Amino acid sequence: MAQTTDHMLRGILADVLALKPGQADALTRASGLFGHLPELDSMAVAGLLTEIEDRLDITIDDDEFDGELLETYGTLLGFVEAKRAP
Amino acid sequence: MARCSALSKPSVRPDPVMASSTPVLAWSEWPCPLPGGGTRGESALVCDHSRRKRLLIIPALFEEGNRMRRITAEVMRRLGGAGIDSFLPELPGLGESTVALRAQTPGDWQLAMQGAAGHFGATHALAIRGGALVAPRGLPGWRYGMVSGASLLKMLMRARIVAMREGGIEETQPALLATGREKGLALAGYQLSADFIDEFVTLVPDPASPLADIAQDMVGGGALWLRAEPGEDEGQADALAAIIAMGLAT
Repeated sequence: MAQTTDHMLRGILADVLALKPGQADALTRASGLFGHLPELDSMAVAGLLTEIEDRLDITIDDDEFDGELLETYGTLLGFVEAKRAP
Repeated sequence: MARCSALSKPSVRPDPVMASSTPVLAWSEWPCPLPGGGTRGESALVCDHSRRKRLLIIPALFEEGNRMRRITAEVMRRLGGAGIDSFLPELPGLGESTVALRAQTPGDWQLAMQGAAGHFGATHALAIRGGALVAPRGLPGWRYGMVSGASLLKMLMRARIVAMREGGIEETQPALLATGREKGLALAGYQLSADFIDEFVTLVPDPASPLADIAQDMVGGGALWLRAEPGEDEGQADALAAIIAMGLAT
């Protein structure tokens, strides 16, 4: 499950950030997201969260998304994995 | 995606009218019907050579319209080269329209698209994303990446929540929706009236629509409406044009 979540999340980020094949694989847990990538503005974050919900079949509440959630790839992955945990 | 490239080459054949050059897109004004009667001039991007196959394109809405603009124009050029005229009207209140968005409702947009279909003599329609929610009735064709009004509204409200949170102001979707339905709301720079929000949040793609669904896996690659910044993808434009050209060839 964890590997699948990781793989799917990288796929979503590749679509949102227009990453070329292989670039999404280079994301590490420390890779910065919101606040580090100028193209990831509030509208893009909104689209990213909605796509995560749709593809990973989870619900993200209003009070769960903030700058910390999207600070790094690792924080986002940890959040999504916890949401998908049985 | 092999399936798409295999589709695109044989189907998008040069049309004798356009064979010598890349099809040129031009601006055209059309009489947009008004809810109370009468018309007002609105603009449209067109590829019109008085051909028999005439496709009305209902654009994606709001920010997605910006992200999808380039691929939409690229599909129009490809279709022009394949003997198909196409028409991309502005929705009143968006793009080059001279009227205020806050004065519009989804019903006004649907009326506008119905008027555009009649004015341009459209034989088919391609509705992109939320465009399917305001597509003219009765035309056959396609809807690409269809989405509900509630889903689009949710994204717009989230964008506002994220932006406001950066400024230390907490908002929630239920509270924003309640305010929006009562007083209207500014979402991601779009001024939406109470009537607009009240109507839009209930809109879902019509299950009885004559428009055939085009899913992203038929087009290949990541959907361009998801991009953080507007992008382009020639392969996706080829695939979309091929699906339409093949559908119109029969």
